[in-house]
Amino acid sequence: MTNTSTLARGGGRASTPGPRRANRPARAGGLPAWSIPYVLLIPGLLVIGALLLWPLIQMVIISFQKVGLVQISGKKPATWVGLENFTKVFENDIFWSSLRNTVVFAVIAVPLTLILGTAVGILLHRLGKKMSLFVIIGIMFAWAVPPVAQGVIWRWLFDAERGIINWALNLLPDWLSNALFGRADWTGQPWLNDAWSIYMVLIICVVWAGFPFIAVSVLAGLKGIPAELYEAAKVDGSGPWRTFRKITFPLLKPVFAVLTVLSIIWDFKVFAQLYVLAGTTNREAYNLSMYAVTEAFKAPPKMGSGAAIAVVLTVILLIVTAAYIRQMFKQEEL
Amino acid sequence: MSPLARRRLGKVALNAAGVLVFLGAIFPVYFMVSTGFKANDQIFTTEFIPFPTHFTFEHITRVLTDGVAGHSIWLYMRNSAIVSLGTVLIGAVFALLSATAVARFRFKGRTPFLALLLVAQMIPSEALLIPLFLGVKRLGLYDQLLGLIVTQVALTLPFGIWMLRTFVAAVPKSLEEAAWIDGASRFTTFWKVLFPLVAPGLVATSIFSFITAWNELIMALYLINDPTKYTMPVALQYFFGQKGTDWGAIMASSTMMTIPVVVFFLLVQRRMVSGLVAGAVKG
Repeated sequence: MTNTSTLARGGGRASTPGPRRANRPARAGGLPAWSIPYVLLIPGLLVIGALLLWPLIQMVIISFQKVGLVQISGKKPATWVGLENFTKVFENDIFWSSLRNTVVFAVIAVPLTLILGTAVGILLHRLGKKMSLFVIIGIMFAWAVPPVAQGVIWRWLFDAERGIINWALNLLPDWLSNALFGRADWTGQPWLNDAWSIYMVLIICVVWAGFPFIAVSVLAGLKGIPAELYEAAKVDGSGPWRTFRKITFPLLKPVFAVLTVLSIIWDFKVFAQLYVLAGTTNREAYNLSMYAVTEAFKAPPKMGSGAAIAVVLTVILLIVTAAYIRQMFKQEEL
Repeated sequence: MSPLARRRLGKVALNAAGVLVFLGAIFPVYFMVSTGFKANDQIFTTEFIPFPTHFTFEHITRVLTDGVAGHSIWLYMRNSAIVSLGTVLIGAVFALLSATAVARFRFKGRTPFLALLLVAQMIPSEALLIPLFLGVKRLGLYDQLLGLIVTQVALTLPFGIWMLRTFVAAVPKSLEEAAWIDGASRFTTFWKVLFPLVAPGLVATSIFSFITAWNELIMALYLINDPTKYTMPVALQYFFGQKGTDWGAIMASSTMMTIPVVVFFLLVQRRMVSGLVAGAVKG
């Protein structure tokens, strides 16, 4: 079959014998040349369309519906409830505390991760080759730990009875501990009961696991800046902070932009670490991810309200994404 | 202070900072590993024990034999491996086809497709979970590892294409043209010329997908109910018991779960960075 089509198509063109390149489309296995990229894209588009975009549309639809146990089992069709899911969710205090937790967490964790990561990136750039590699391998371990295991580790370090954080705080001289925190005895301090201290632990956990990526990316960016620029700055008597502001930052601005957006996106939907640190019973400590999921899958399930919360989270993320996509398109000749 | 002495002091300070960063990053990981090898009397104490003096394989053997929720940890490792490898195999083929399309051809709809990839990476899995749960249920894939594989392919594919695209673009087009001129078909050209050159990129992309699928919690948590189908991240939750946590066992299991990721990370660290900030980082 391939043969006949090749012949037919080849025959039409061969009547004007030209350079061999003109024959190329004839060997495309019977497909016109213009269609090849589209054929290659079909599997990818199918997956993205059916498993990402279609569910996304479905989620918006479900957010206007009542989907409980009977609807899930298929005994009853989903009923339209208009904005009811949204109004109910917005009336719930848990939604507002989840939104606050999500935003406050990101507002603190993102800059901390970026600052620490950038500082370590600059440090790596200035260290000798061997020392730099040594530190990179060390931070790679923190980066590589799976999110669930990260949660496990920090839950253990902050454990009320056996955690080494309480042990270390007890080591402080009593006067110092009193002056700093107003208490000397930390034995049994339950860090993972209150929302605020849970989020403090979560921030430490996420910054610890997140800064290595920033550091290694900044290092990669720094390697691309010509050393002469720094030498010239040194000759002109520029201090380290001024050099950073006048040379490093402007040149690495695109890198920082992408890293900032990626960090915001990751921190807005942090789930696994929070799930391990706080569990699902402490509603005060929910963020939007956790609230959406638990609302949808609790007993009895409320998929409609869960979807409404997920819609809010997605809208926030898509606003951030818009900035990210613009940045990517500016940077690259796509 | 002479300039030389000051420079030497600066060098010492830099190296000291380096060591500090190293220790800060690695200490929690070290603590996880070492707790897995400590005897219980060294775990359940208010003392700080920097390294296990009562060294034991007790926890490792316990999770391998008794395990958690009545099954050996091997079962969960195997489930995780099946899901991750399945995701990689399907994802790699799809990603390579799409990446070739966007890196090798200029066509109508190319830019929207690239924008779509970026948007797709941002969609939170929490948003997809509810409709995917309903869909997977309807298709009879609930409680099946295959259902999980399908969702993981979707979650990892956009970034896989995005990352692989730069590797395909890096292969000089002239090589393919030479093969065409020599009379190779498009398929032969792809298979014999492009594929071997893109293979390292394919490995890097695959490892990225593997790690993502290996670590994934939300989908595995809600699309699987049968304990024999749990993946590692889900199984780990069950060490946090009502009567107190078996820290030795959970640390041993977490360590086992972390080892493959660390190994892969060390292999493709640089490629992952360049993939994630593709275009923004030059050089």
